[in-house]
Amino acid sequence: MCLAIPALVKSINGRQAEVDVGGVRRGVSIWLTPEVKVGDYVLLHTGYAINIVDEAEAKETLRLLREMVSQTE
Amino acid sequence: MEDKILLAHGSGGKLSHDLISKNFLPLFRNPLLDKLDDAAVFELNGRLAFTTDSYVVNPVFFPGGDIGKLAVCGTVNDLAMSGATPLYLSVALVIEEGFPLADLQRVMKSVQSAAEEAEVQVITGDTKVVNRGSADGLFINTAGIGVVPRGVDISGASARPGDRVVISGTIGEHGIAVMSQREGLRFSGSIESDCASLNKLVADMLATGGRIHCLRDPTRGGLAGTLNEFAAQSGAGIKITEEAIPVQDAVHAACELLGFDPLHVANEGKLVVIVDRDDAEKVLAKMRRNRLGKQSAIIGEVVAEHPGRVVMETCLGASRIVDMPVGELLPRIC
Amino acid sequence: MRFATEYRDAGLGKRLIERIHRRSTRPVRLMEFCGGHTATIVRYGLRQLVPPTIEMLSGPGCPVCVTASADLDKAIYLAQLPDVIITTFGDMLKVPGSYSSLQQAKAEGGDIRIVYSTQDALDIARNNPAKSVIFLGIGFETTAPTVAASVLEAVQEGIGNYYVLSLHKLCPPVIKALLDSGEVRLDGIICPGHVSAVIGSLPYHFIPADYGIACAISGFEPLDVLLGIDMLVTQIEKKQPEVVIAYRRGVNVEGNRRALEVMEQVFEPCAANWRGMGIIPESGLKLRQEYGGFAAERAFQIEIEPPREPEGCLCGDILRGVKTPLDCRLFRRECRPEHPVGPCMVSSEGSCSIYYLYGGSYGG
Repeated sequence: MCLAIPALVKSINGRQAEVDVGGVRRGVSIWLTPEVKVGDYVLLHTGYAINIVDEAEAKETLRLLREMVSQTE
Repeated sequence: MEDKILLAHGSGGKLSHDLISKNFLPLFRNPLLDKLDDAAVFELNGRLAFTTDSYVVNPVFFPGGDIGKLAVCGTVNDLAMSGATPLYLSVALVIEEGFPLADLQRVMKSVQSAAEEAEVQVITGDTKVVNRGSADGLFINTAGIGVVPRGVDISGASARPGDRVVISGTIGEHGIAVMSQREGLRFSGSIESDCASLNKLVADMLATGGRIHCLRDPTRGGLAGTLNEFAAQSGAGIKITEEAIPVQDAVHAACELLGFDPLHVANEGKLVVIVDRDDAEKVLAKMRRNRLGKQSAIIGEVVAEHPGRVVMETCLGASRIVDMPVGELLPRIC
Repeated sequence: MRFATEYRDAGLGKRLIERIHRRSTRPVRLMEFCGGHTATIVRYGLRQLVPPTIEMLSGPGCPVCVTASADLDKAIYLAQLPDVIITTFGDMLKVPGSYSSLQQAKAEGGDIRIVYSTQDALDIARNNPAKSVIFLGIGFETTAPTVAASVLEAVQEGIGNYYVLSLHKLCPPVIKALLDSGEVRLDGIICPGHVSAVIGSLPYHFIPADYGIACAISGFEPLDVLLGIDMLVTQIEKKQPEVVIAYRRGVNVEGNRRALEVMEQVFEPCAANWRGMGIIPESGLKLRQEYGGFAAERAFQIEIEPPREPEGCLCGDILRGVKTPLDCRLFRRECRPEHPVGPCMVSSEGSCSIYYLYGGSYGG
């Protein structure tokens, strides 16, 4: 539960990162995802990145959805 | 002169007089104000529209405007929403002791530019200063007078089934712009308050001769608040389509970040108009030719079903109720 | 917005709904555990759109709603102490306690500040060294690691005036308690997406194994929830319950190891008081001994009157999925968002609030 939205990491400074959500920028803590890199997308919850978005899986989910709806059964 | 406002500035003595004559009067030169009488005396013919408002926005300066601009635009808009041509404003200040003079000058300059832009005159005012802690920096109270042209009869109770609902542009910018500056919520981005005077847009719309039934600016309570008011006052239902409502991407993003619904966020430079279905296209076209109505869109219609209720068709085709927002918008986590 | 907007595609959504209609042949009962899922379901009208074979219940996954009156009373007590600043997420402000609310305490002079993040609470602590800054720790495993991180940050920086009142709760234990109560017969559970981003999928394996109930860990966009429902229908039709991750871009099997480590370093499980369900062992979090200095209950002597639940309030039953808001005689009458009786009407993820704002009896 809880609001967590995908945010793009624009810069990193120690335990802090600046992220961009649809043009809105905010400083967040990467204490829970120290391995994150600039250009990654993270799930942002209450000012912290709680996980790194798996972009390959994201693509795969969309592909799966499109395939599922074109099956007739 | 001191760089902070002192209690003495509000007490009517020399310091008060200096403050007003050096900082306010030069900005608003007009025959009525220059008389400096206790009341401005003038003649007006016709039906009058009269409104009052108080502005307590915090912070005083925000992206896209400040409390001064807001005070003028808000008052002008209240008059314009009754179809009135706004003419005169009063501006009364309640200043907290210690408020920086430079900030006050900046706010008053905003009042001046906004008044010029809207073609209204500030003809009377008042200045009080209260103890530190008794006001949040600066409060502004205004009153405004305008004249309603003959034949113009606009009321929130006039919506009829079949009427079209039109919004003059993208929603949610003002509330988000102000939120972005609050302690504990800080974020930056391209979102600026849409604060603007809508009287000329309204004049354009009235000039089309289209049958405009309801007109309101969705300020506190947002678009949801205004549509619910219309539905309740008119005893009709309103149906809108989610995909038709214009919202900037950045506003969507900020709303997601904070957990707000754009329909509940305040606007200060937009209007909602309910217009007879046969006149909708021509009013819409006129709106789009105005700088402040470029992104006007028809977002729904008035219906006989579910009187008093606003229902929105979501992108998946199902419907949900759009209710009045309750109280202050609080950012949420879950 | 990337990784969000694509999962709201109306065209795909409508076709996915059609597919679910084709494939769901028998009556099933699904529970969406999490308030965030309830919000998506009602916001997009998904209950109206799924076939009549699928009945959907809302569960107790709203951390605000399940906060017991007694715990709220503690927070209100703290708010009234001198030189104390309470920092809290906005959700908590209007929830009624036994006798008052934080909003009322604020009106009576309590220094209560809404924050978006514990990061902001730490800032307030830094900027107000003469005051004690207490953070109200609510939330499940999504939020607990962020609060734990704030404690570690305070340790690192030597911030001595920061405290946490831990009201955090855990999901798998309450799901188990719900299933053990036997009150609700379920065929499938839509599991919380962001809790799972932290804890992974393994903690849910007991659900199909011990109870034969299907699980799908879902994200929060409408396509995510529909995908979760589709996956549950597949498992149920095949009579093969298991735990599947529908939200693959956000959740992996082991979860976020680092977040779990941080959470476990600072917190340990304890019994917790769940509104509507009473005390559930090992279902909450408290600060470990080493971090006891940050615990608000230790730093401040909290004295509260005997707690009481509002009369006639059905929040407890609603949270367990046994009743819906429409069954409550206070709903829309004495209990409305502007004067709520129970927390389910306050929290934007509470069933009652969601029914009131978005659905209620209109279209469901």
